[in-house]
Amino acid sequence: MKKHALSTRLWHWLNLLCVIVLFMSGLTISNAHRLLYWGDWGFDRSQAWLEVPRFPDWMTIPGYYSLAVARDWHILMAWPFALGLLFMWIAMLANRHFKRDLTTTRREWRPKAIRTDIVEHLKLNFDHGEGKYNFLQKLAYGLVLGVFLPMMVFTGIAISPGMEPTFGWLVDLLGGRQSARSLHFIFAFTILGFFIVHVALVLLSGPIGQIRSMLTGGSTDEA
Amino acid sequence: MKRRGFLAAAGAAFVAGCNKVADSDAGARLLSAAEKWHMGAHRLLSNGEALAPEYPRSAISPYFRGNGSVDPQNGDYPRHVEEGFANWRLTVGGLVENPLALTLDNIRRLPQRSQVTRHDCVEGWSAIGEWTGPQLSLLLDEAQLRPEAQFIVFRCADNLNGQDYYESVDLIDAYHPQTIIAHSLNGEPLPVRNGAPLRMRIERQLGYKHAKYLTAIEAVASLDDIGEGQGGYWEDRAGYQWYAGI
Repeated sequence: MKKHALSTRLWHWLNLLCVIVLFMSGLTISNAHRLLYWGDWGFDRSQAWLEVPRFPDWMTIPGYYSLAVARDWHILMAWPFALGLLFMWIAMLANRHFKRDLTTTRREWRPKAIRTDIVEHLKLNFDHGEGKYNFLQKLAYGLVLGVFLPMMVFTGIAISPGMEPTFGWLVDLLGGRQSARSLHFIFAFTILGFFIVHVALVLLSGPIGQIRSMLTGGSTDEA
Repeated sequence: MKRRGFLAAAGAAFVAGCNKVADSDAGARLLSAAEKWHMGAHRLLSNGEALAPEYPRSAISPYFRGNGSVDPQNGDYPRHVEEGFANWRLTVGGLVENPLALTLDNIRRLPQRSQVTRHDCVEGWSAIGEWTGPQLSLLLDEAQLRPEAQFIVFRCADNLNGQDYYESVDLIDAYHPQTIIAHSLNGEPLPVRNGAPLRMRIERQLGYKHAKYLTAIEAVASLDDIGEGQGGYWEDRAGYQWYAGI
């Protein structure tokens, strides 16, 4: 296993902190109006496509219902989250981490190869030859870095009325402000899904070695 | 079970840590600085006159939801409703050379702007309506702001939970072309729930900035001595962000 670059390790932990604070403060914001809509507008049950359950206080920041305090945290952590993601993209293009480790080959997309990879995952066999990541890892990390996390930034910008005079095209592209708000919610829970699978696989594949390598960089023979 | 107990304890400790940061002086400063960074970025990315999107009439929502005060019962307001707002006055004062007192007729006779815009509540919902009224800049030019004036304060007739509603914006938003004093919604006089007889439209910010039941417009040099000093009812009462473009 090749070492994790310093930029990767710094970003990984900064991003974890940002995602946790943004997610938990986001649950408070969701509690302020628990209906999601498509299109430009919507304000009551008859227009909603989903009524979100109320999230209990212990799951939320600040731990009690305060839309103002939750928005304070959301507004603060949006900065290191978005700028950190930009930094990670620049770093992994510059140090070729993206090209070398995350780019899939045409061979990996063959159904038979994908099936083999899934079967090996289900057997909890994490030994995958000379490459840093296998196909499913490349796909997961690629989707998180390339789609899920950036979509949080783009949909967040699209919900901000002060951004709309500049980014009106983005709001239109996302299908209107309430669609952008719905997508913000959907991608937040997609990231939660990734987080759960990611933590489970770390636990199954030797958590101490994995966490140590994300802190120190790791040596060449660790899983 | 043990592991779940550990996770719950770790979560509670994390939230307690966040609250400790937010309650510290440095943390509070950081949180309010972040709001200013957003405002700076928004202002940097768009020019001061950039317009919020306007929609065709066909996009208007079938009903325009009211929020906060929807039927004020305090002071003279119920009498004004009975009189059809015939004796309503809007004053323009504070740091101006030429204070004004306008009737609804005076306001309707000024050059008007109509705009179909989307109203976004801080809670998350949106509604689209057509608003009509004179631009605030017309009244400010007529009243002639003094050079010390930095903010425009909006005074309201409604008393919500024992405090008079008010709001404020800086001069960039006050002079924005879509900042109007609306007397009509969808071509009809404003309903009481939406702020009759006059309300502000501050189209690039969230709904709580759009002061309803408007009685006075006041130019000031600082917001420190207005209300509890945070620039608005919800800002004072609950710590809402003064810049509501986020």
